[in-house]
Amino acid sequence: MSAVIETGGLGKRYRRQWALTDCTLSVPAGHVVGLVGPNGAGKTTLLSLATGMLAPDAGTIEVLGGTPGAGPAQLARVGFLAQDAPVYPGLSVADHLKLGARLNPGWDAGLARGRAGRLDLDPGQKAGTLSGGQRAQLALTLAVAKRPELLILDEPVASLDPLARREFLADLMEAVAEQELSVVLSSHLVADLERVCDYLIVLAGSRVRVAGPVDELLAVHHLLSGPRRDPDTLPAGLEVISASHTDVQTTLLARTSGPIMDPAWMVSQVGLEDLVLAYMSQDAGRRRRDHHPHLEVRK
Amino acid sequence: MIEFHLDARSGVAPYRQLIHQVRHALRLGLLREGDQLPKVKDVVAGLAINPNTVLKAYRELEYEGLVAARPGIGTFVTGTLDGGSLAAHGPLRRDLARWLGRARRAGLDDESIEALFASTFRSASEEDIA
Repeated sequence: MSAVIETGGLGKRYRRQWALTDCTLSVPAGHVVGLVGPNGAGKTTLLSLATGMLAPDAGTIEVLGGTPGAGPAQLARVGFLAQDAPVYPGLSVADHLKLGARLNPGWDAGLARGRAGRLDLDPGQKAGTLSGGQRAQLALTLAVAKRPELLILDEPVASLDPLARREFLADLMEAVAEQELSVVLSSHLVADLERVCDYLIVLAGSRVRVAGPVDELLAVHHLLSGPRRDPDTLPAGLEVISASHTDVQTTLLARTSGPIMDPAWMVSQVGLEDLVLAYMSQDAGRRRRDHHPHLEVRK
Repeated sequence: MIEFHLDARSGVAPYRQLIHQVRHALRLGLLREGDQLPKVKDVVAGLAINPNTVLKAYRELEYEGLVAARPGIGTFVTGTLDGGSLAAHGPLRRDLARWLGRARRAGLDDESIEALFASTFRSASEEDIA
């Protein structure tokens, strides 16, 4: 299966500080991928490497099988919406669409006009006077109408109010349903991504902590609680992501593919938010050496 | 036509919630054979969810023989659920109501009743498996 983003040992350094370290990913096509992590985790760095706006200091990255940003053909295949949906405040909505048509060889004018009409964007209005939600919708219209194979969005909803957020995501998902489009979007809030993403990458402290299809991640992680016990006595094959103990009780968020037989544990499902938070707070140094954070996709 | 809704707090995967709602509607007779399920595009736009979630739910329902996709037209109900067992609901409900009355008289509050039911249900289904 073709990968939209394939990286091997990818790293990026700003002066002496590594913003992204040893990033190895293979993101399959046809997904809506959520890139989630706290501010400063390296999300924007990874997305900038994928669009070719930054060059790596270590490792490799391929996007849709090509080098990011290498020439007009590659640029036409990838749509990018930068943080805070930048538009030209002095240009009107119609000017933006005209600009999009001039700059993009694969421009779909019908789609752009249709979307602008449906979203009630007044063609004559200056982009600088649009509401935050409308500005984001205009920027998304430009990104979608260039008919990319991969659409990359950096924190697209961070600055929107809850209603505009929902409308934007609904609109994005409609575009995904209508066109064959792979999407990668970042957010520091899991709640934003929970409904729309079917593939998740958790980034924290410049490293990928876990990546894989959401359903599979939820299926192999469990919340276990039971009488207090020493973590060293846990069965093999049970990988502890986070653990907390009281004097009588032990609670674990653990990863295992097999069923949990020990009747001492009360087993419950893990929500996506708890799962992500457990990985984010996981101490990188204590992670098992042999553990490979990337979950293979089974077909 | 039914309308889907999602409970973000339930912890149940969204595609499971969609399947659940279709099965529920079939059980209650809100959906009958020949009825159309909401179009993927409309569900996606209404709930702001991933199209793959809807497709996955519809595929699973198709696999269960409850619906069938007609390419380019939509997904339609082809099966029914427990049409025959509806008659058994009445007596079972009365038994349950009597049991609830006894539980209340024994001093159990709502939460204790739910916990007792859930744990009995769990151990009963585990015995079935074993």
